[in-house]
Amino acid sequence: MEWETVIGLEVHVQLSTESKLFSSAPTQFGAEPNTQANIYDLALPGVLPVLNRDALKHAVKFGLAINASISNTSIFDRKNYFYPDLPKGYQISQLDFPTVGKGSLTITLEDGEEKIIGVTRAHMEEDAGKSLHEDFHGMSGIDLNRAGTPLLEIVSEPDLRSAREAVTYLKKLHSIIRYLDISDAIMAQGSMRCDANVSIRPMGETELGTRTEIKNINSFRFVEKAINYEVQRQQDIIQDGGRIVQETRLYDAHRDETRTMRSKEVANDYRYFPEPDLLPIVIDQAFVNSIRATLPELPDAKKTRFAKEFGLNDYDASVLTNNRDMADYFECVAKSSGDAKLAANWVAGELQALLKKNNWEIKESPIQADRLATLIARIKDNTISGKIAKTVFEAMIKDSSNVDDIIEAKGLKQITDIGEIAKLVNEIIANNPEQVEQFREGKEQVLSYLVGQAMKLSRGKANPAQVNQILREKLK
Amino acid sequence: MIEKTVAEIAVALNAGDISSVELTQTYLDRITQFNGELNAYITVCADSALRQAKTADEKRAKGSNSPLLGVPLAHKDIFCTNGVTTTCGSRMLHNFVAPYDATVVEKFNDAGAVMLGKTNMDEFAMGSSNETSFFGPVKNPWDTKRVPGGSSGGSAVAVAADLCAMATGTDTGGSIRQPAAFCGITGFKPSYGRVSRWGMIAFASSLDQAGPLCKTAEDAALMTNVMAGLDKKDSTSIDKPVEDYTASLSNSLNGLKIGVPKQHFAEGLTAGVEQTIREALKEYENLGATITEIDLPNNHLSVSAYYVIAPAEASANLSRYDGVRYGYRCEDPADLEDMYKRTRSEGFGEEVKRRIMVGTYALSAGFYDAYYRKAQKIRRLIKNDFIDAFDEVDVIIGPTSPHTAFEIGTKTDPVTMYLEDIYTIAVNLAGLPGISIPAGMADGLPVGMHIVGSDFAEAKVLNVAHQFQQQTDWHQHKPTAFGKEN
Repeated sequence: MEWETVIGLEVHVQLSTESKLFSSAPTQFGAEPNTQANIYDLALPGVLPVLNRDALKHAVKFGLAINASISNTSIFDRKNYFYPDLPKGYQISQLDFPTVGKGSLTITLEDGEEKIIGVTRAHMEEDAGKSLHEDFHGMSGIDLNRAGTPLLEIVSEPDLRSAREAVTYLKKLHSIIRYLDISDAIMAQGSMRCDANVSIRPMGETELGTRTEIKNINSFRFVEKAINYEVQRQQDIIQDGGRIVQETRLYDAHRDETRTMRSKEVANDYRYFPEPDLLPIVIDQAFVNSIRATLPELPDAKKTRFAKEFGLNDYDASVLTNNRDMADYFECVAKSSGDAKLAANWVAGELQALLKKNNWEIKESPIQADRLATLIARIKDNTISGKIAKTVFEAMIKDSSNVDDIIEAKGLKQITDIGEIAKLVNEIIANNPEQVEQFREGKEQVLSYLVGQAMKLSRGKANPAQVNQILREKLK
Repeated sequence: MIEKTVAEIAVALNAGDISSVELTQTYLDRITQFNGELNAYITVCADSALRQAKTADEKRAKGSNSPLLGVPLAHKDIFCTNGVTTTCGSRMLHNFVAPYDATVVEKFNDAGAVMLGKTNMDEFAMGSSNETSFFGPVKNPWDTKRVPGGSSGGSAVAVAADLCAMATGTDTGGSIRQPAAFCGITGFKPSYGRVSRWGMIAFASSLDQAGPLCKTAEDAALMTNVMAGLDKKDSTSIDKPVEDYTASLSNSLNGLKIGVPKQHFAEGLTAGVEQTIREALKEYENLGATITEIDLPNNHLSVSAYYVIAPAEASANLSRYDGVRYGYRCEDPADLEDMYKRTRSEGFGEEVKRRIMVGTYALSAGFYDAYYRKAQKIRRLIKNDFIDAFDEVDVIIGPTSPHTAFEIGTKTDPVTMYLEDIYTIAVNLAGLPGISIPAGMADGLPVGMHIVGSDFAEAKVLNVAHQFQQQTDWHQHKPTAFGKEN
């Protein structure tokens, strides 16, 4: 039987704010345990929450970026459960009235087709602390640094049809969030976390199958692997005549498998009710407009513009706009160098390879946009050839002086002096009488051999077009 | 001197008739003498009180004369006080020392008031008799076999027996007004949001409100002047200018329209209380007020709605007491679940546990609509009743409690106890200001009169209360055993 996979993702994103969602404690990652928790985060008797305005702005910004409805009135609720790293015994979240309502984003599938993925809602909530079960001699340690960090939970519609699509959606989400600069969104550090709801059904069926939820998958690669494993597991069960149990499962990356965490039967009753310590958040149009004014150009718009403005093909436009810093870098190179095609080739080619090899972010690149632009300009004005430019590029990694100085110092400047090239050509003609003869007899292809010899003689510095031209003239 | 009101003490301190140190010492001596019997204080801060008094005297010598400077007060043990134990009347917090001051505490400190100590209360403010305190019941100074009311019973008794000049309390369903009535003093609950809840240990967040317990409406005005105001740390506090509540105390009541709810003079009201309140209303007529009977048609639902909403909020508010970070923790827990269960079973008293269970049930899947949601709808209806009433009248007056102080140990059925607050609870549900002032005596015990105003009509309520106290001397009546200076 042919099966259809149905996936919805719940993505938690830690919003980048100076302080926590409801307290003034700082939110930096990696501090000593319990040094970033104040009396509110510790849930001392008598403390009260005060909403962080920046977190609200970030949430609204995200909503606008995915064309979602922004609720004029959103309400915080208490989600009640006992756990040592949840100091109040409840998490403040949003149940029925989230700040961000229905929206959508567009992903590009492998075959180049575009698909719209619905976003059901995005709501604000506070993160829990961490329980540490090692190194405490049979006891558990509690670190409340993370407790109260603002999260935006982004819930998708069950519109995704394969693990690949899910990852593409997640990467698109990541790209938008980074463009908006509302979160670091680093999966390995937990500032972006993903839960996947997975079910299968016979192809053509419209009812949803029983789903399982895979919790806390912490890399793009694992999202794909976890879903693929889970889809196969569900198919095996159904084909063996079994039934899927609705449950929460954990992905074990070491074993590449998912396993039961808790089943629905023992699921908590969270006893949600409106948070009486906070008034409803009332958002007016002026506030929304003020946030809208801060929206940057988003990946889709930028991609379209790059394609049009710089004549890029779909692939290049896509690669160069995934990441906002990359796009800014490219745009700077393209504009300063005056050659967008060359700029695209260099940024997507040599530069990408360099960054990948060293695991650098674009901001860490030792070759800044203006320097790469100069390099490209030197190709264009025939100061150096494209081949020599690669040598210069290599040199620029370690040498931060200006591009022209590097070309000068290394003697890599292209030979464009006609007299000098003529001398080279004469030498080649003298040294290769046999080939010269062949050419004169009509063997056109011998010319490229002779050009190659001349280039070799000049150690690559001669302008190949000029060599070609002068050779032809001399061999007439 | 100890019988004097805050306003009179301020005059005496300014005139140099007495120093704050002398006054503070007098109260401390009386606490030493009588607290064993009355059990009004859980913690007494003799040394720090005398230090604060000395500072106040020095400030006064330098020309400062703010009204509460050097005046000794007691805080209900629900307000967090930096460095001083805050128990909330519970074993759960018997050893809890807050590292910060509640906003109310901070404001009194800034005003130069002297903190004598922390007063006894029903555990987590859940009770109407002060019998649920882990630290034992508080005794009513009018008759020590009787309860002082609750939950702010310790504060009410401290004021009534002159163990302080003024005290703070909190009122979730009547917890300031009912003990004030039972003890023959003045107790004022401002509108919800008027006083910051930061640092005030939460019982039911949407109902809790701090206010003064003192001898007169004038003192209540002086205290409210200090307590009221927007607090950025409490998102539910209101951004509305604070009036000088003493400014309108002397306004004439000529033409005042008083509404008397027929539901507050119905079955259950004892004859003595009814007669006292009807007499008191005649005083108002003498002052030029007109009296109309009004209808609060949903009043009978208020206790039921309250006992869904308040326990629901409490069930979440009290989840933080889990033995993990502070407060009581059971001995030798076997594992996490054992620690939770025993800590909470041993740390909380019966009434607190009952309300946590009720609240948890009311919020549970499948019951939420039938209980919590319905109670919230009733709350809206009750609020609407008041809005309609205040279209017709300026204030609403009735008895604070259906009867006078009852004997300790006589109300064992929880529902009977819950009905204690039948006249006061609706005011919390509607978030309105309400005051209880002494209106007379019945069978040798004080009777409280309840005056309720519309949203943020604090000044009006205090004015109406003050004018009564200008005509009568019920607020000066004292329990004989503790009333005399030693």
